[in-house]
Amino acid sequence: MELALWTYEGPSHVGAMRIAASMRDVHLVLHAPQGDAYANLLFTMIQRDKARPPVTFTTFQAKHLGGDTAELFQSRVKEAAARHDPALLLVGASCTAELLQDDTAGFGKRLGVNMPLIPLDLPAYSKRENWAAGETFYQIVRHLAPREKQPAGERTAGRPRCNILGPTSLGFRNRDDLQEILKLLDSLGIEVNVVAPMGASPADISRLGDADCNIVLYPEIALPAARMLERNLGQPFTTTIPIGVGATQDFITELCGLLDIAVPEDPAFHSRLPWYSRSVDSGYLTGKRVFIFADGTHALAAARVAKEEMGYDVVGLGTYERGFAKGIRAKAAEFGIEALITDQYLDVEAAITDAAPDLILGTQMERHIGKRLGIGCTVISAPVHVQDFPARYSPHMGFEGANVLFDSLVHPLMMGLEEHLLGMFREDFEFQEVPSHLGHQNKSADNNTPTEIDPIEPAAVDQSSVSWTGDAESELGRIPFFVRGKARRNTEKFAAERGIATVTLDVLYDAKAHYGRR
Amino acid sequence: MTAPLDTSPGGYNHTPDHSPVPADPRVNVAREEGQRDVFCGLTSIVWLHRKIPDAFFLVIGSRTCAHLLQSAAGVMIFAEPRFATAILGERDLAGMADAHEEIDRVVGELLARRPDIKMLFLVGSCPSEVIKLDLEKAAERLNTVHTGVRVLNFSGSGIETTFTEGEDACLRSLVDHCPVPDANAKPNLLIVGCLADIVEDQMRRTFEACGIEQVDFLPSRNAGALPAIGPQTVILLAQPYLGDTLSALMGRGAKHVPAVFPLGAEGTRSWIAAGLEAMGKGAEIAHPMIQSAYDRAKSALAEAHNLLSGKSLFFFPDSQLEIPLARFLAAELGMQLTEVSTPYLHRGIMSRELQLLPTNAALREGQDLDTQMGRCIDAKPDVTVCGLGLANPLEAQGLTTKWSIELVFTPIQGFEQAIDLANLFVRPLDRRTRLAV
Repeated sequence: MELALWTYEGPSHVGAMRIAASMRDVHLVLHAPQGDAYANLLFTMIQRDKARPPVTFTTFQAKHLGGDTAELFQSRVKEAAARHDPALLLVGASCTAELLQDDTAGFGKRLGVNMPLIPLDLPAYSKRENWAAGETFYQIVRHLAPREKQPAGERTAGRPRCNILGPTSLGFRNRDDLQEILKLLDSLGIEVNVVAPMGASPADISRLGDADCNIVLYPEIALPAARMLERNLGQPFTTTIPIGVGATQDFITELCGLLDIAVPEDPAFHSRLPWYSRSVDSGYLTGKRVFIFADGTHALAAARVAKEEMGYDVVGLGTYERGFAKGIRAKAAEFGIEALITDQYLDVEAAITDAAPDLILGTQMERHIGKRLGIGCTVISAPVHVQDFPARYSPHMGFEGANVLFDSLVHPLMMGLEEHLLGMFREDFEFQEVPSHLGHQNKSADNNTPTEIDPIEPAAVDQSSVSWTGDAESELGRIPFFVRGKARRNTEKFAAERGIATVTLDVLYDAKAHYGRR
Repeated sequence: MTAPLDTSPGGYNHTPDHSPVPADPRVNVAREEGQRDVFCGLTSIVWLHRKIPDAFFLVIGSRTCAHLLQSAAGVMIFAEPRFATAILGERDLAGMADAHEEIDRVVGELLARRPDIKMLFLVGSCPSEVIKLDLEKAAERLNTVHTGVRVLNFSGSGIETTFTEGEDACLRSLVDHCPVPDANAKPNLLIVGCLADIVEDQMRRTFEACGIEQVDFLPSRNAGALPAIGPQTVILLAQPYLGDTLSALMGRGAKHVPAVFPLGAEGTRSWIAAGLEAMGKGAEIAHPMIQSAYDRAKSALAEAHNLLSGKSLFFFPDSQLEIPLARFLAAELGMQLTEVSTPYLHRGIMSRELQLLPTNAALREGQDLDTQMGRCIDAKPDVTVCGLGLANPLEAQGLTTKWSIELVFTPIQGFEQAIDLANLFVRPLDRRTRLAV
């Protein structure tokens, strides 16, 4: 039994729903009790889908238990087949139905519906949403895609051609990432055979073999299927996720290598990120301390962008996906930090509090942590929220994605010039210690005694044995609020390590010099 | 047509009558079976935990339960909410003894972390019910181990409860812990069902002004203040979905006052009148405090009446509030009812409401989602009340919708909130007329 306050991933059957909802002409029948249909609102409210996901729930109740739940399941499958007449029927069970052991797979097969039917095994007590989405997609590809390499003559001749695998309903920025990658491929003269699961029909899946390689945009979902296609059809797949300028360039190089075409020397596209990052007003971004916590794919990508393209220091890196722990640990080791692999929200909050970063790159959960701690947060990963489906075009992948990332990785911070001016004018009574464009974040911004504003401090302090003299305390108050918590922590640590009971002005500046030397 | 109801200042007939009213034979209710798009009872925790600030709700369930609570709560407002899920894993499913030890461990950790908790609800879920995990036994055991906290249990599972029935199960579990009054205790008026604090305060002020000395609420606002319940208790239901709680209270000898629910100016006055009559204060319905609040509500509703009168209305089944809401919207705002569906119809509790419903409304109990969606789209109602999962799909078909969950979270009961309730239906229509794109 595991105590969960908030969860990063939904249950397995939601993963299967996401694949069904991504595709055309597919229907999923879920053996599930009344109440599990709540998951419909993820699609219609968070993503603003105009139709219910193509899912029928058996919605059994107490009165059905003890015999006729299996019957109920069979009649719902038949009804769904007749009503929706999909080209492919998926059947599965949610957590409760798994306990009933109604053999949905066996019943499903024997029903004799007029379309292919794939029974899904969605272990609810050991697996989660992303795994199940990957498994569902894998099963669809396994059942419908060709199992053997097509003879060369039967392959449609023409431009180099690839499939794009991974974009999924309720995926973080998947809608716009896909558009950006399609544009990129078009500019490279690469044809797209099939995009799946997003927008694909079962017929499209059966055409997957008619491509030279696969682009894996989201390994969480597409990797199992891509590996099988490589094994069965000899289609290689990309491993670089094109998030950030460097990774997008690497992605182009990798893809051109797989397709055996020349890498364009001067791509007709570019990002503004490199110049914006070099522009002198970005100097203040140097060494900003960022804490990254996300799904495996986005956490790794963000770590590279933060370090190499923004000039930040990565002070925390983690993921809630244990399947990605290895890659995240390796990356964290590069930064000389310990990776945080957990799906316990309180552990993440404690780690962020402890690191006292300038910026968080996280999920909606970390955005809430940031709000409480007074730290800005840019959302870079699922679990998604209605805010993650903006009306505007807003990819994170490709060169336009890099532009979007630059803006979103800077926005929560103090504006450049503003930070310089802050140092000069902080003693003026009009001074307000919050970025002018983020005025709503701190209610005490109206207060003209800035020393009272300290959103980080209370949570960060634990060296209660150390006291402060009045002048040291007031000097601390003159340090900008966004570094004050760290300054207090470092000073108290410095004092505690040296057996100093009281922080005086001298101790404060000794500590500053000590940590400044590093 | 206009609703065949008396909406004159005299309002509903509130003749004293303490016997259950037989259901009006004119009211035919069709039963529907099929796929349901409803929440399970666990969703009630989202408002229950706010109503009882020193209580914690620990669901013994699956990742689905945790995900539902998170999705229904909408945003993650609290760092550490007063609800959580003990997620069953494969190990727990292997053997029952293990599961009980695990509950003890999780509860021990939880209480150590949250010493502010005075009442702990172990909440059963679909998986815990199916594996027959005996949470009553667990609660008894934990009560002997942990002093200073009262451990209770109820089920919010979807196989047993629909949405608001989770509150019914929770309040039912509280009844057994309510003290027995002294033999010579004076009569108390017990108002049952979660209400917003502001509404509760208004109701308390009203009844106290009318000379009723002991006005109690269930749930009480803290774990230590449960009301005494016995033969001197008069029950006035503030929410319609409390069938099991009502039976348990009556089992303690308390007397139920049949009444309409306090929605709208007329509904609220009729409800207050029923309470006053039962407490022997019937004449106090003319109290100036009630009259002025009633007049204020009536005049506030006048403009909403102009905007809503003649507009047609369709209810998907959801909270069991459908029938009282339909009665208010038809009788006080002149709306026309096409279909009114409810997940479950408790005829005893709903008897007065059913008598006041226009006879031409199609009443349905249960749901067959796909056919109901089809009926709704064919009927083209001006306003459709439905769950969150269905709202955008219906809007995309050109319909105007009102999320039913908002009717549960928003203070809508009582005189002062009557206009807020009306405005929940005005706003979606208003929005549609404003938008030119």
